[in-house]
Amino acid sequence: MTADVGIVCFPGSNCEHDVARALEALGASTRILWHGDESVGDVGAVVIPGGFAHGDYLRPGAIARFSPIMRAVADFAAKSGPVLGICNGFQVLTEAGLLPGALTRNVGLRFICQTVECTVESTASVLTSGATRNTVLRLPINHYEGNYTCDPVTLAAIEDRGQVVLRYRENPNGALHSIAGVANTAGNVVGCMPHPERASDPLGVGTDGIVLFQSLLAAAGARSNRRRRPAPAEQAS
Amino acid sequence: MNYGMVVEIRGLTGLADPEGLAIERALPSLGFAGVEGVHVSRVFRFSVDAASEAEARRTAQEMCDRLLANPVIERAEIRVADEAPESST
Repeated sequence: MTADVGIVCFPGSNCEHDVARALEALGASTRILWHGDESVGDVGAVVIPGGFAHGDYLRPGAIARFSPIMRAVADFAAKSGPVLGICNGFQVLTEAGLLPGALTRNVGLRFICQTVECTVESTASVLTSGATRNTVLRLPINHYEGNYTCDPVTLAAIEDRGQVVLRYRENPNGALHSIAGVANTAGNVVGCMPHPERASDPLGVGTDGIVLFQSLLAAAGARSNRRRRPAPAEQAS
Repeated sequence: MNYGMVVEIRGLTGLADPEGLAIERALPSLGFAGVEGVHVSRVFRFSVDAASEAEARRTAQEMCDRLLANPVIERAEIRVADEAPESST
């Protein structure tokens, strides 16, 4: 059976089952992809969840980037596959060069665990396509290294091109321009520090994360349908 | 020949260094007045088996480019150590 979403698990990842549960509650099927795997298989989207991949040794994401699965994730992204990195997953994607910038230690050197308000800045990404621009979402953050930074030229470029997809209303960690989530130029690779999976159940802090996962699943579904529809040549034979 | 290498990874100039700042702010309360510009960096020590010092430096530079430093936020300073490092095992 085809899994809608593959969720990458490194040694030290700890949100993979939360993400799976939140996506499955929306009707998706999921598959955990081990970091040593060399293929993402037949999935419609990939999520790199939060945690402390490889113990965050050296820098968060610095070692994870060399795991065999990341070559497959990069290939998948290059073929327009939807890829979402959450928290530690965001750090992995920047270290892998799939997203611009870097995540450094929070200003104030404090591990922050709180629910924050984020504005949807752009809907031109696989994470925000189903949301409405300027909507405010209440989402939990849970990180020590979420202070987004990049050089001034990159900052101007990502702002001009609308690659900033989520922005904190009140800057919790010192991030440049209060950036909470960034997409690549094509919009199919997105990273965000907030955890949508922790805002996906009314028993938790709310359900504002659902619209983000629905967007991802829409992108995954569109990709799966395209892949499953036989090409004209195949139909003929 | 074995070359002992010392690689210092420093934050790019202008980038916030909250750890350095926190230490700098703590110093006056301990009686260290007039200390400014505290920055925290990370140092790696290792040995490289290479035919020449230039080759050892090239190896260290490539290690920095690919793993030890993130060029978005850090720069590396490479030097040859005065003495070979101890084994890490």
